[in-house]
Amino acid sequence: MSTIQIDKTIDARGMACPGPLMNLIGAIRQGQVGQTFEVLSSDEGSKTDIPAWVAKAKQEMVEVVPEDGFARFIVRKAR
Amino acid sequence: MASEVVVLGGGVGGTMCANLIAKHSQGRAHVTVVDATGNHVYQPGFLYVAVGKEKPATLQHPEKSLLRPAVSLVVDRASRVDPAAQTVLLESGRTLRYDQLLLATGSRTVMEEVPGAKDVHDFYTMDGAIRLFEALKTFEGGTIVLGVAGIPYKCPPAPVEFVFLLDDYLRARGVREKSQIKLLSPLNRAFTIEATSKLVQPILAERGIELTGFFNVESVDPVAKTVTSLEGETVDYDLLVLVPPHRGQKVIEDSGLGDERGWVPVDKNTLKHTNFEHIWAIGDTTNIPISKSGSVAHYEASVAAAEISAAAKGEPAPAHVYDGKVMCFLETGQGQATTIRFDYDHPPVSPTPSRLWHWAKLLFNKTYWHTVPQGRLP
Repeated sequence: MSTIQIDKTIDARGMACPGPLMNLIGAIRQGQVGQTFEVLSSDEGSKTDIPAWVAKAKQEMVEVVPEDGFARFIVRKAR
Repeated sequence: MASEVVVLGGGVGGTMCANLIAKHSQGRAHVTVVDATGNHVYQPGFLYVAVGKEKPATLQHPEKSLLRPAVSLVVDRASRVDPAAQTVLLESGRTLRYDQLLLATGSRTVMEEVPGAKDVHDFYTMDGAIRLFEALKTFEGGTIVLGVAGIPYKCPPAPVEFVFLLDDYLRARGVREKSQIKLLSPLNRAFTIEATSKLVQPILAERGIELTGFFNVESVDPVAKTVTSLEGETVDYDLLVLVPPHRGQKVIEDSGLGDERGWVPVDKNTLKHTNFEHIWAIGDTTNIPISKSGSVAHYEASVAAAEISAAAKGEPAPAHVYDGKVMCFLETGQGQATTIRFDYDHPPVSPTPSRLWHWAKLLFNKTYWHTVPQGRLP
């Protein structure tokens, strides 16, 4: 059981457009440094896309939690 | 006594929903649309205005002419909603009472939120599209850069469509060889949907359009003529076109009906406000992380209309809910286009770009005035 405090959850399951990563980028842009965001995605591509952007944008990938039929990506705004 | 239904916003969603409620409620609801201008604008046409393929006048009709006779139109701006008293205060000082309220106020663009971007170009407003076309008419060569300065934004395919139509335009003017077109994409591919990107990227390469991935515009230096990303990169430009940041309308923010950006939280299936009774929201207005587009507003409008009509008649909520359906076109230039279709349970599909879909898009744009607002297209 995760004890990480989530500031905002984005349930992007089934939403191909604009897509889970786009929604995460939008949330990070608007958020404050130190806030934690959680994206729920059923899109297979998210498994590579989200960590790739988080690394490129120098944000912090806290955790990826596989669930039944989707994954939970937890990202902290680092800068 | 008939229920009072108030619809805020006379765009595609508000207009279609108002007409369907008036039709379905069999006299048991009186519908009032409140619109700030009384002028219905077909926003998907801005893209074409920006490259001189559409005239601004053809994209506007009086809202009254699109509403059923039984629907009242109030040309005024809503300034405050009081969900406890079930009233809407208008700028003129008038107050409307409602039994059911639909928020279809859409989004607004806020380019002023991007440091240094005050004078950059955009095609997300009529004025922006007209001004951009004026600049393109006298463009004699150099680097045109298209970037995205905020998420979410209306019509996710629009940036890709714009660079293709720009390529056509510059070729027709004979200045393409002296010009570079650069597309700065928020993702590591041209378009949000991978399957559609795979169709589009070879065409970008073939047309000589340079793609830079993971570039989310953060600021502009209008003196040095550079644009810098959230990811820390900088690109030079001669003419910069940005997709501006968007947020919900002021009335939503001032009334405490939305989140920190003014997007209204609703149930993704029933479109009912998650915190307040008797309020629904559709289209760009909501916080559902789905594309902000006329297509979504269109499909949601029929669901909200059925929900509101049932509530107005005192009947149980209908079983039919919004299933996340989206269908939109994507122009790929040189007279071709593709489509993107999906819903919450089915991943997107896009056919190979062809002339057929380009003509289908033009036909839809031309016949819009006689079909969508009236609810004649399911």
